[in-house]
Amino acid sequence: MSRCLSDRSIDHVVLERGEVANAWRTERWDSLRLLTPNWQCRLPGSPYGGDDPDGFMTASEVVDVMAQYAKAVAAPVHTGTTVTSVRRADDGYLVVTDQGEWRCETVVLASGAFNVPRVPEFASALPPSVATRTTMTYHNPHELDDGGVLVVGASASGVQIAHEIQRSGRPVTVAVGEHVRGPRMYRGRDIHWWMHAAGVLDERYDEVDDIVRARRVPSMQIAGSPDRATFDLNALTGIGVQLVGKFAAVSGTRAQFSGSLRNKCALADLKLGRLLDTIDEWAITSGLDDSVPPPHRFEPTRVPEPPRLGLDLAGGEIRTIIWATGYRPDYSWLDVDVLDAKSMVRHDGGVAESPGMYVIGMPFLRRRKSSFIDGACDDAQDLAGHLAAFLDGRAASAR
Amino acid sequence: MTSTATPVNNGVNVEALLGARTALTDAPQAADFTWRATCEWRNGTHSTTVVDDFFGLGAEQKHRTRYSFDVDHPEIFASEDNGATPVEYILVGLAGCLTAGVAAVAQMREIQLNSVAATVEGAMDVRGILGMDTDVRNGFSSIKVSYKIDADATPDEIKALVAQSQKRSAVYDIITNPTDVRVEVV
Repeated sequence: MSRCLSDRSIDHVVLERGEVANAWRTERWDSLRLLTPNWQCRLPGSPYGGDDPDGFMTASEVVDVMAQYAKAVAAPVHTGTTVTSVRRADDGYLVVTDQGEWRCETVVLASGAFNVPRVPEFASALPPSVATRTTMTYHNPHELDDGGVLVVGASASGVQIAHEIQRSGRPVTVAVGEHVRGPRMYRGRDIHWWMHAAGVLDERYDEVDDIVRARRVPSMQIAGSPDRATFDLNALTGIGVQLVGKFAAVSGTRAQFSGSLRNKCALADLKLGRLLDTIDEWAITSGLDDSVPPPHRFEPTRVPEPPRLGLDLAGGEIRTIIWATGYRPDYSWLDVDVLDAKSMVRHDGGVAESPGMYVIGMPFLRRRKSSFIDGACDDAQDLAGHLAAFLDGRAASAR
Repeated sequence: MTSTATPVNNGVNVEALLGARTALTDAPQAADFTWRATCEWRNGTHSTTVVDDFFGLGAEQKHRTRYSFDVDHPEIFASEDNGATPVEYILVGLAGCLTAGVAAVAQMREIQLNSVAATVEGAMDVRGILGMDTDVRNGFSSIKVSYKIDADATPDEIKALVAQSQKRSAVYDIITNPTDVRVEVV
């Protein structure tokens, strides 16, 4: 966003509570790599220039790329600056930080969607014998007690963490709610290559049937592993991970799992089938069909028969629970009336309902890829254009 | 697959449902409903439960007519069999809920249904309710629902109707997830 504003000669500052790419430095587990291939990590004016376009960056490589980019575009970043309040003042906003105050005509909320782990209320009723972590406080399997681990959540984070913990010798159970199944590779190409090429990732927020639901769709079960392995539930079952239904409640010391596992898997299998249909249709219309391996479908998700509906958390089988149940944004510092009943900013494609306020870096903000670096690139260009027009309009009406 | 010749009609008023969603987004408190049933013991295992009024959209509401349900146990349980067993009513609720959902989702997706039939089976080890073995639960050990659907759609589209219906079903949720139940004497 800073680069796009500079391109338009719009005077601005970037406020960062820690260092550039702070969350990637401090809030990610050790083995995490980007879900998107390197070629897809385009930043405004900066296509991927390395020698491994199909590889996946580690978290520390992401930090390096972001820090270098900030330097290259001369972003006016104020690090170590925590925003404590944003409120309306005169025709613009007053931004209060622990390093002083700023007045501005426009403000871009780029604090992201992943600020606070979303943990169910019943987490407080777990027996004390079980250690708990979140995706934000988990680093690697070796810091965990020996013994069983319950990973709650089967989106990208949950399946990756479950995989490496099972590999470490600790038996893993994964509680599976709604999820999006994906293979890493299909017909010889990366799934993200297909989704990009077929236009799936470019689908706009004002073109989908139900944008509220689309913004809540969990991340696809993929990982950026160098061997391009698939991380779906069958892959987990294949290495001995046990699947149970959504973690529904705690009764006494007993964890209760939903009996909906079979349908959650059926929904994900059908959704994957529709995605592959879209890809296959695009391959035909684009003339690519003959130059890639033929279409195929993946084995339906294997569901344990019968699925387990509960287990005793005080029985010793489970020593650690890891909440991989997603995040929510933290707007405790935002003193502007733009939050809906679920504490999300009311916005239209990133243009917030408060004049001159913008949001960036949220799921499906303007397009399906908005939560990826590649999507932020396009979103920043669109929103910088809107912001510039807003300032021009204000200047014109003042004349 | 969409039929182009005649408009899809499964007898579901989708516009009204979408309208309700919009209205309830603006006034979420109107979405708080209370469903009620009143039960009176007859004799033995026979009781009659009546469904008449409920609360919703911020006001007391009434069904078009009173519905009465006789509940009893079969003669092999030394009862008089004046009605379906309570657990069979659970199956009635599940079948009715999922089937209504299939119709609504089909209408929403512009899929014409020609016929929908379901068989619902609940497996139960009655040693649980007879108190013979505390390791056996009282309720169903499993429930199986089989749908036969004839519709102007592909097999995967029909499977997706049934999957989406489960996703949105109240009774499916009630059965598959724990519910806080309080029973008191007043």
